[in-house]
Amino acid sequence: MMATAFAPVRREGRWVREDKHAGLFKVNREAFTSDEVLARERELIFERSWLFLGHGSELKNPNDYVTRSIGGREIIFNRDRKGEFHAFFNTCPHRGAMVAREKCGNALGFKCFYHGWGFNNNGRFATRSAEGTYPPDFGRDGSVDLVAVPRLDSYRDFFFINFDESARPLKEMLAGAGEILDLLADHSPDGMEIVGGVQEYSIKANWKLLVENSYDGYHAQETHETYFAYLMSEVGTPPAGTLGGPGTYTSRSHDLGNGNAMIEGRAPWGRPVGRAIPAWGEEGRVAVEAILAELRERVGPERAERIANGDRNLGVFPNLVINDIMAVTVRTFYPIAPDLMNVSSWALAPVGEDPLARKRRLDSFLEFLGPGGFATPDDVEALESAQRGYAAAKFAPWNDISRGMLKEQPMSSDEGQMRTFWREWARLMEGEQ
Amino acid sequence: MSATMSATAVRSAAAPKTRADYEDFLYAEAALLDAWQLDDWYALFTDDAIYEVPTAGAQDDASSWESLFYIADDYRRLGHRVKRLNKQSAHSEFPRSKTTRIIGNVRILGSDDGGTEIGCTFVIHRSKDDRIHMFCGHMRYVFREDDEGGLRIASKRVFIDMDSLRSQGRVSIIL
Repeated sequence: MMATAFAPVRREGRWVREDKHAGLFKVNREAFTSDEVLARERELIFERSWLFLGHGSELKNPNDYVTRSIGGREIIFNRDRKGEFHAFFNTCPHRGAMVAREKCGNALGFKCFYHGWGFNNNGRFATRSAEGTYPPDFGRDGSVDLVAVPRLDSYRDFFFINFDESARPLKEMLAGAGEILDLLADHSPDGMEIVGGVQEYSIKANWKLLVENSYDGYHAQETHETYFAYLMSEVGTPPAGTLGGPGTYTSRSHDLGNGNAMIEGRAPWGRPVGRAIPAWGEEGRVAVEAILAELRERVGPERAERIANGDRNLGVFPNLVINDIMAVTVRTFYPIAPDLMNVSSWALAPVGEDPLARKRRLDSFLEFLGPGGFATPDDVEALESAQRGYAAAKFAPWNDISRGMLKEQPMSSDEGQMRTFWREWARLMEGEQ
Repeated sequence: MSATMSATAVRSAAAPKTRADYEDFLYAEAALLDAWQLDDWYALFTDDAIYEVPTAGAQDDASSWESLFYIADDYRRLGHRVKRLNKQSAHSEFPRSKTTRIIGNVRILGSDDGGTEIGCTFVIHRSKDDRIHMFCGHMRYVFREDDEGGLRIASKRVFIDMDSLRSQGRVSIIL
């Protein structure tokens, strides 16, 4: 193995240890259990990284807004009267109560229910008081406007915030992940949208376990035996060269830079964007063929093949997962405690999708994904089980993430993508080595 | 009743089902689920039935054609759900959780050619790994009668009247 200029041959961190020559990579389980680690993560990772806020399609019209908790803070994501996008802290500059208390809506302004202070939806203070109540120039300096999140930026309609004013630009931090968002945007000639309905659940496990799990090709056959049994009964024998099929398994692990990582390959399930399965019937086959024809025409045969047939599990550092698999899911999660995270998952789909195709897509999503799917609940069980196991960390201290480390090109059933995440995590938490 | 009367005539002459009939059915269904007799439970459905669980807080008119749900099973997928939950490799329900459900406020909401709509409320406690998860909300059923006049579920939609699944984490049991 050749050491690159960017990664050392050895890392001897408190939590992450790596020996490239020996092909060994270990993570200390204290990284999943310690309050001190979580406090450091909040300060060194979540306070400085680009965090997914929402998708532009959630705010279709001027004055639309959604509220959500991002990085432990209540945020309003909205468009003003002119259609400009904003991210404000959802707290009244007066005495702190939240100025928007519904999950979404359309509003020209926000009014605090506590004392009645009001604000335009561009954040400007807009409250009249009897003369003499406040100084005549009160608020003209912007000091009682809604406070904007230091940074808001977007790429291909994915909006992110950063609590660090001096953070490097979003596009630079996305690095190779940007190209994967480009592929997603190309699914449709009319753009992509979040489908109504968000799955909000929790997992009693450390948030990094879900990072690992979201692009873990190794666990699929074992953990998800019941899902694949179902799939095989619907699909028949998996084709050669796919996950679960005979022959070479070509799904690969990719380091996309800055801790962003992906696995890409070909799985046996159907893809609404271009791979029909027998269960969808003749109507489904014809419909998918038409989608493929448009795709080839628009982006060329090579890119169309990658979009239609490539299954991609993408992790954008630190806590955004976009899985373009049997459907497209956008998932973000944040630690509440070392052993507890809140998860929010959405389905992303082409704008103007045919109703039957949309139904097929949502069915594909639900068969695998989410709190009632045939697979996700078993992932949750595995993560919670691991978290319980970590109570023995004093005697069983190290997780092994070495799989495929000595290979020239790790496969998705290896653990290269997780090493990419952990190297960036270690760089931020332990410093360069 | 004449011995020559056809089955159809018997059915049309039979008294319409009362709320007590539906209550008995719903209690028996709840008992099957609490006992994990899932094959028997699956036999309660018509072969074109649906079983749906929209996301928490969804409205009664939510459609699985337009919105992301937790569960949107047709009869076939529901059969696979039962098959899966009968396996030890359905890890999230192995060892099986213990459940207790209380069904209440049963009402007959209306009837048409598609069947009879029944509403009820529920509280379900799920215990696993020494933790207790609570689900509460309301259900909307559509019942049809089979050739023998027995009740069959043509549609079961479960509305979780909570803000989210933050406190439960998942819906790996059948509600």
